[in-house]
Amino acid sequence: MAEIVFAPLQMGFSAWRDVARDCLAAGLEPSRVEWGAPQGLFSAFGVPKPEAPAPMPTVPRRFMQVARRVAHHRDDRRASTLYRVLWRLTHGEPRLLESAADPDVVELRTLDAQVRRSAHKTKAFVRFRKVEAEDGEHFVAWIQPDHPVLPLLGEFFAERFSDMRWSILSPDASLHYDGKSWSLGPGRPRSAAPTHDELEALWKTYYRAIFNPARVMVKAMTSEMPKRHWHTLPETSEIPGLLADSARRVDAMLAMPSAPEGPTAHALVSELDDLASLHEALSSCRGCELHEAATAPVPGRGSPHAPIVLVGEQPGDLEDRAGRPFVGPAGRELAQALEAAGLSHDEVYLTNAVKHFSYAPSGKRRLHSKPRATHIRACRPWLLAELERIRPRVVVCLGATAARALLGVEVRVMRDRGTPRACAWAPHALVTVHPAAALRAKDAGRAAELRAALRSDLARARALARGAPEKEVESS
Amino acid sequence: MSVAAPDIRRKLRVLADAAKFDASCASSGSKRSGGKGLGSTQGMGICHSYTPDGRCISLLKVLLTNVCVYDCAYCINRRSSDVERATFEPEELVRLTMDFYRRNYIEGLFLSSGIRKSADDTLLRMIEVARLLRERESFGGYIHLKAVAGASEALAQRAGLYADRVSVNIELPKDTDLQRLAPEKRSSQIEGSMSAIRSAIDESRSSRRRARAKPPRVAPAGQSTQMIIGATPAQDRDVLHTASRLYAHHRLRRVYYSAFSPIPHASLALPTKPAPLVREHRLYQADWLLRFYGFDVDEVTPSSAPALDLDIDPKLAWALAHRERFPVHLDTAPREMLLRVPGLGVRSVQRILSMRRQHKVTLESLRALRVPLRKVSPFIVTSDAHHGASQLLDRQDLRRRLLPATQLPLFGQTHG
Repeated sequence: MAEIVFAPLQMGFSAWRDVARDCLAAGLEPSRVEWGAPQGLFSAFGVPKPEAPAPMPTVPRRFMQVARRVAHHRDDRRASTLYRVLWRLTHGEPRLLESAADPDVVELRTLDAQVRRSAHKTKAFVRFRKVEAEDGEHFVAWIQPDHPVLPLLGEFFAERFSDMRWSILSPDASLHYDGKSWSLGPGRPRSAAPTHDELEALWKTYYRAIFNPARVMVKAMTSEMPKRHWHTLPETSEIPGLLADSARRVDAMLAMPSAPEGPTAHALVSELDDLASLHEALSSCRGCELHEAATAPVPGRGSPHAPIVLVGEQPGDLEDRAGRPFVGPAGRELAQALEAAGLSHDEVYLTNAVKHFSYAPSGKRRLHSKPRATHIRACRPWLLAELERIRPRVVVCLGATAARALLGVEVRVMRDRGTPRACAWAPHALVTVHPAAALRAKDAGRAAELRAALRSDLARARALARGAPEKEVESS
Repeated sequence: MSVAAPDIRRKLRVLADAAKFDASCASSGSKRSGGKGLGSTQGMGICHSYTPDGRCISLLKVLLTNVCVYDCAYCINRRSSDVERATFEPEELVRLTMDFYRRNYIEGLFLSSGIRKSADDTLLRMIEVARLLRERESFGGYIHLKAVAGASEALAQRAGLYADRVSVNIELPKDTDLQRLAPEKRSSQIEGSMSAIRSAIDESRSSRRRARAKPPRVAPAGQSTQMIIGATPAQDRDVLHTASRLYAHHRLRRVYYSAFSPIPHASLALPTKPAPLVREHRLYQADWLLRFYGFDVDEVTPSSAPALDLDIDPKLAWALAHRERFPVHLDTAPREMLLRVPGLGVRSVQRILSMRRQHKVTLESLRALRVPLRKVSPFIVTSDAHHGASQLLDRQDLRRRLLPATQLPLFGQTHG
């Protein structure tokens, strides 16, 4: 077997080319050339130097273009792959590169693609920071390219930032431009680069604002901007916060009232001027996803001329099946409280803030689940349309959901209950506890307290509806 | 004026937020070598960063103002929307663009705008930003101006003098969609602007070929447009018909499809749910088939199946519906037919063509090209394949066998 020759392995095209030319001139088959040698053995097994420099044999131009890039691959096999292809091109296979499936060609293509990608990402990921020096502004970046590609990019950056003075530093090499021409320097540590720039706050502001929280696709991001590069990209400090916040922002987006002058549903329901046709329109509502699982929307019930409108949370299991509000246990509780407060059936109209039953299935049972802000927001136009048609003197919010739908999120039931306030849909609005609260109370004493609260607040509503003295009314 | 001023930050926050629903961020297709000033554009655009929505940041994409006198239902900036408003001064935008560019954050500027007083007034201010960048700052980076629908044709053409790309949004697939959701816009008007821009581009190109003293280039990266998908009942067939008409009539470089996604302060004229992103993806694939693979709209979305199959890509869907055209022999089939084989892209086809001048195409060589064999093999014959791939071709369950593995566990809906 022929002797193995060790060939010096250096980074860059011309270093490789010079050695490859000598190997070729000496007729060394690729299997006899070992690229990179154990320390100290160069002299012993070096490539024989021809007496006159051998000319580079003619090879396709495409090979030269590819080789100039592949010579900047970090992996040592770049040199042997290049030499194998060079050997075959000059030994009877001049059209080798057209054999796209040949193992050597595939390997060459793979290495080339990796270098090209690294060069492209380096063009993209350089982040200059401005330094004010005595002789003016200097822009400095520090970057860690996957492959030592900076020498390939001098021309690109010089053309692009031709009216600046700049330096791009990396552990492998550095590029410098003085306003006229670029030059290559040695590798530099991160500590040689500035640590901040006043523009970065603004850049991060832009990065946060241009992100669309409604379509999170982290994998698409990290495949193009791998995490190993994040430490030199200032904007990536914003990513964890953006992701943590995205679900909440989408919810908030949907929960925002539709337009400044009122709900846009107003336009949809305004042609229907009576309650009956409103209820009919409601029956086909698909304003939110609750309709998919619920039986049918539950409209309000009661006199269209009622002076008091009572707004609950949402229909329960029984209500959903009956199609009528307040027919379950909480409805019985409410009926007793109304009677105790001296209110008759034709004085009240009963409805809910959310018209579809929101539940979580549990075996054969459907467990009540609190409607979300999006449901309240989606359903609000129906509630407002009811109030607009009835024009009650008093609207009573039973519990937090109703209060939130009509009076905003600041209302606290136990703190604010029983105190009349003005609202846009009735001269008086009252907040009180939901009748179901008494049913869920932890002990009989607490239940009695809540019942008493409900009854006294309803008595208050009755007084207001029948024309209570003006001085009793505090407006907020 | 300091760029770090809190007011600039507020404006940037508001006016970038308002621009984020624009799909395009491309900075490709233009070559502008570095002159005396800052900046260059290559043929290929550069994505400088990516946000967690997977989209690229190539350009500083902002509105000049989000004040708008129009009331388009799908738009967050419509006049009846309760959003925070802001307006950039042209000087502020010029400064911001230059400062970002100098730090290598961006390839250039993508400027769009709400309609402030009138379409012409707005476009004039946008052109002023581009003019300042080019003439005063000698800026050589990329500029994309979104011409305002309804602006005069002369102004739309003038935008092309400073911009690499000019675009006018077609907005929705059909004119009836526009009437419903964008009452102030008409497709005739939008396409009027497109055709004015096209003739300015054409004229500039042909006179630059003839004249010795070269007149200025107009929009060297051509024009593009954007269509919102899923905000109206328009089918994929309608969408693709509109797209192919625009490609043909106005020689657009790109049509961008943007799946409708819920916006704050949504109008009730809109669906409450986002359109599936996979539909957007399938439309891009179909669009590619029209432009690079020799398909036409009636093949991809015949009137009998006007919606694209969301589970499989449109080329595979076509091949399954036209099995009589397969299998094709890789050593002999013409390029046009190779392009129709599911799983073979333009580049693979190119490599097969160059390879088969040297030797026969084998399964082994396809594997070396990293061609997806599972998908390709039912539709091809190679000289070394003995397993009779056409048997697979006749199987009823071929579609199911070729479904992407990740989609198999997806059955039906998650609830309801």
